[in-house]
Amino acid sequence: MADDTHLDHRPSSEPPIYAPKASAAMIEAQEPAGRWRRAWDSDIAYSFRRSPVAVVSAVITLIFFIGALFAPWLAPQNPFDPASLNLMNGFTPPMTDNAFTGEQFLLGTDNQGRDILSTILYGSRISLLVGFASVIFALILGTVLGLLAGYLGGWLDSVIMRIADVQLSFPAILIALLIFGVARAMLPRDMQNDVAIYVLIVAIGLSNWVQYARTVRGTTMVEKNKEYVHAARLIGLHPFKIMVRHVLPNVTGPVLVIATIGLALAIITEATLSFLGVGVPPTQPSLGTMIQVGQDYLFSGEWWITFFPGLALVLLALSVNLLGDWLRDALNPKLR
Amino acid sequence: MAAFVIRRLIQSVLVMLVVAFVAFSLFNFVGDPINNMVGQETSLAEREEMRQDLGLDDPFPVQFARFVGNAVQFNFGLSFRRQAPVAEVIGERLPATLELAAVSAVFALVFGLALGVYTALRRDGWLAQAIMAGSLVGVSLPTFLIGIILIWIFAVELGWLPSFGRGEVVYIGWWSTGLLTVDGLKALVLPAITLGLFQLTLIMRLVRAEMLEVLRTDYIKFARARGLTNRVINFGHALKNTMVPVLTITGLQLGSLIAFAIITETVFQWPGIGLLFIQSIQFVDIPVMSAYLVMISLFFVVINLVVDLLYYVVDPRLRVERAAHG
Amino acid sequence: MRIRTAFMTGVAAAILAVTPASAETFRFAFQGPLNSLDPHSLNETFQLGFLGNIYEGLTRRGTDLAIQPSLAESWEIVEPNRWRFHLREGVTFHNGNPFTADDVIFSYERATSEGSDVGQKMPGVVAVERVDDYTVDFVTDGPNPILTAEFDTWYIMDQEWAVENGADVVTNVAEADREFFANRNANGTNAFMIQEHQSDVRTIAVPNPDWWDEAEHNLTEVIFQPIQSDATRVAALLSGEMDLVYPVPLQDQQRVDENDGTTALTGPELRTIFLGMDQARDELLYSNVEGANPFHDRRVRLAFYQALDVDAIQQVVMRGASTPSASMVAPGINGFPTDLERYPYDPDAARALLEEAGYPDGFEVQMNCPNDRYVNDEAICQAVVGMLGRIGVTVNLLAEPRSVYFGRVLAQGGYDTSFYLLGWSPGSIDSYNPLYNLVQTRNTDTGSGTFNLGGFSDAEIDQLANEVLVETDPDARGDLINQAWQRLHDEVGYLPLHQQALSWGVADGVNVAQRADNVFRWRHTTIDN
Repeated sequence: MADDTHLDHRPSSEPPIYAPKASAAMIEAQEPAGRWRRAWDSDIAYSFRRSPVAVVSAVITLIFFIGALFAPWLAPQNPFDPASLNLMNGFTPPMTDNAFTGEQFLLGTDNQGRDILSTILYGSRISLLVGFASVIFALILGTVLGLLAGYLGGWLDSVIMRIADVQLSFPAILIALLIFGVARAMLPRDMQNDVAIYVLIVAIGLSNWVQYARTVRGTTMVEKNKEYVHAARLIGLHPFKIMVRHVLPNVTGPVLVIATIGLALAIITEATLSFLGVGVPPTQPSLGTMIQVGQDYLFSGEWWITFFPGLALVLLALSVNLLGDWLRDALNPKLR
Repeated sequence: MAAFVIRRLIQSVLVMLVVAFVAFSLFNFVGDPINNMVGQETSLAEREEMRQDLGLDDPFPVQFARFVGNAVQFNFGLSFRRQAPVAEVIGERLPATLELAAVSAVFALVFGLALGVYTALRRDGWLAQAIMAGSLVGVSLPTFLIGIILIWIFAVELGWLPSFGRGEVVYIGWWSTGLLTVDGLKALVLPAITLGLFQLTLIMRLVRAEMLEVLRTDYIKFARARGLTNRVINFGHALKNTMVPVLTITGLQLGSLIAFAIITETVFQWPGIGLLFIQSIQFVDIPVMSAYLVMISLFFVVINLVVDLLYYVVDPRLRVERAAHG
Repeated sequence: MRIRTAFMTGVAAAILAVTPASAETFRFAFQGPLNSLDPHSLNETFQLGFLGNIYEGLTRRGTDLAIQPSLAESWEIVEPNRWRFHLREGVTFHNGNPFTADDVIFSYERATSEGSDVGQKMPGVVAVERVDDYTVDFVTDGPNPILTAEFDTWYIMDQEWAVENGADVVTNVAEADREFFANRNANGTNAFMIQEHQSDVRTIAVPNPDWWDEAEHNLTEVIFQPIQSDATRVAALLSGEMDLVYPVPLQDQQRVDENDGTTALTGPELRTIFLGMDQARDELLYSNVEGANPFHDRRVRLAFYQALDVDAIQQVVMRGASTPSASMVAPGINGFPTDLERYPYDPDAARALLEEAGYPDGFEVQMNCPNDRYVNDEAICQAVVGMLGRIGVTVNLLAEPRSVYFGRVLAQGGYDTSFYLLGWSPGSIDSYNPLYNLVQTRNTDTGSGTFNLGGFSDAEIDQLANEVLVETDPDARGDLINQAWQRLHDEVGYLPLHQQALSWGVADGVNVAQRADNVFRWRHTTIDN
């Protein structure tokens, strides 16, 4: 444990990993390769290679990232540019000629004549951004506050947990609705469409931090009474060091469970908000918006409008969750 | 213990005040209620007059003070939409939501615990893997879509269950219950599944994760070494020790069940307070919205209190901690 | 798809089945709840439409919307400013009280009292005078040719019952401390009586055995339940839980039609959907054009008009269930201008017009749109954004729930919009209503132009509309209306899109009459045995 603490200070005295330095000693030049080697040989990587589920999930997640990142080059059409859409292409089934225009689309088109494939690629950008950003936001906020509340206790605990109570009094969707409403009232109208996505991230993130905080607090309160924490305290370690080094690793399990489900949840919350009439602009649909629009056409037989985005969402959420599952097991020293 | 409870109660009152303030102040952004209260041909002057009559023109502190003053007496005024007392409007809708939430909570807890334990004990079995993956597919879809798909399959295609509403209800005093009629029970099935599915997944995954951890601990190994049966180890020791986080989450989820009911009730036209809230948002029915928020916070405050007390029962070490900190 | 044939069979069935034998429970669902039973509390199509099965006005409208005598058997104009109504004798309210002139006067006073939302249904009436038990005079402040236009939705309440139960004050939210009896109880004269009313859950009505008119229907019980979600509402019809649901989403009509046991019922609605542009300000609030308002230029307005492919909107967005329109009123509205024709869809001409007006590269403008008010409103707006994009105009779409949307764009929001979508359906079924509300110059004194959100103003049309108000000769009046609509068209003051379609779904064996104002009258409904 003490060694770990020393290691903690090393990076600051080390040269940047990829700094090209001709005059550097051989051993320094080999450092990147050595790290790669070490990473490959590490327990985590070993467990990763051994788990086909994790590999497949990682590949799928990666595909989504690449698809989202390079959407402008990969997508046959830019569905976010209304002028490029032809309304008459609307409701074209997959791989079928449109009755009016004769055009064909691999996964069909939606009610505005948007190519579903292109929209999934572009929509994933928004969904991934909203999902990851809001989960990270909530996770950091919740973990820090939970740790502080659980470990330090006292008035800080009371304040944080009372704030959590206030926050919990409002359903997540409602908080998002309200934050969205406030932002809409405060921001100039010209900007509203541009900042909608950031407002969503903050709104969804803010509405979810309490789960992390309460869970982390609960575990922290249990952990801090254990012998090893007492021991650490006795040898005079700074409370923050104890929290980060000793307590934090113990909360990663439950936090990761919440975070992985939370990612899918954030993307779904975004979809639900658009079901309730607020969210990203309709001219720039996310995966959730696509599903929401598409569900109107489920009974009428235009299944592809909601099916493909739904499939994409399930695949994405599933692989992220499975990756999270694996990561949790891999990170947990007790499971090795 | 008594001091602790009293302190929590005082804190809770403060919480309720803050909630009232936040809820009330945010309503200014929701929209203009007058538009919904009158038809399209009502003149501007009439609209202005109404605005004054309702006190919507008063300064913010005056409006808030009036709100709190009335709320303390459980008087939230008249619903703008229904033009009936808010307490009554909410009262007649509350049983529907509580029944739905309770049934889904039981559904989620029973199946969540069972499946969580099963998937933990049969960690590498194909069925456990399938359940884990399947549960994720379920929560990866928005609630409204799940509801619609369930309606589609079980109401339209199979015709087994009703697609909307509560069915026949029986009145016990002012409480309307759907639990006593076949019709009412049938109507509960689809909404309860829709509402409980997410909680089920969460509980199941949590139980599994905690079980896996606990099963690796030394005292379980000792227990095995002592020759205790698997049954005693799994349920007597392991499951019991997973209960702290599970209780935390379940307690929280119980409240959010009521909150999440907003979507489920909208899809199934379930006449509870969630649907009422959505109708109120659409209509900008400020009195109902405020009362709803205040009431939901009350639920949460109570639930949090109960969860905290349960910690005491489950984990005796916390009693020491509490004593130390006051 | 059967259009209106269900009604035809309904009439036939009514003729054949003179005395219905078996018990016929009829269940129907609408997307919104029935908020109140008070007939004077809210001027809203569904609430008044529903209560029109319980209460009656002095007049009523037939399935073709023609005005028919109801509680008044006949009426005449005895002096230019005095209308005389002869009331029907022997009519009783559901509680057995007789209907007399006092009830009419009471209902007039109640409907025009503070808190009532239906006061404007009697425009210019200064007094209602009792002549005898069954005769009343309406005194107006000037000649009004369409006095009775909205009498069919001004319902008569029993004075004795109201006073007895403290229901003489209209249900309204301003008086927070009292209970409103008429909010949850009803006592009308019409063919149906409320038996049970659980707001937001269900309302049950039964036939009135003492109704004065011959019953056309064969129903023994009517159960209404609101179902908000489109998909659930359709599912309830398809699964046989409902006999009638409306509205049915346009895309589900085919499904409803193809399903065994249900039929889609469509017809043109009186509501016109149109786009408006801010023509009042010198500079648009939400545009990149500075120091000028492009919408002041007729060429820009015309360019917008010609850029809109309403046929594409009709075929794809509206699934064929709309009628592209050159006019701000539907064909069923009195004063519909038959000669107007749309400016042709021509993006090239539109681009040329923009260039001529000094915007060769177009410009940016924000568009306001409701997303839960009209049929496929948001999808229409999205299509408009794309079409205008093709002539170089960048439109930033702001689609919002109706409460937020109306809060912005209406007068109390300060007409906070540059470009918007709106729908209008005149309750009087007459052109004067939209001329007064949508087209005349905004004037807070006279109340004209309250819904002229873009502030269109034209002295010639203002004058024409004022003349329409007092002209009693139907032909001369029709001519004036026509001139006003022609002038609006020439000026491109608005961009009309279409009349949306009614879309109901009925179970087979149920015969209903679908009125073009989307009002559902149970008395025309029969269920085949």
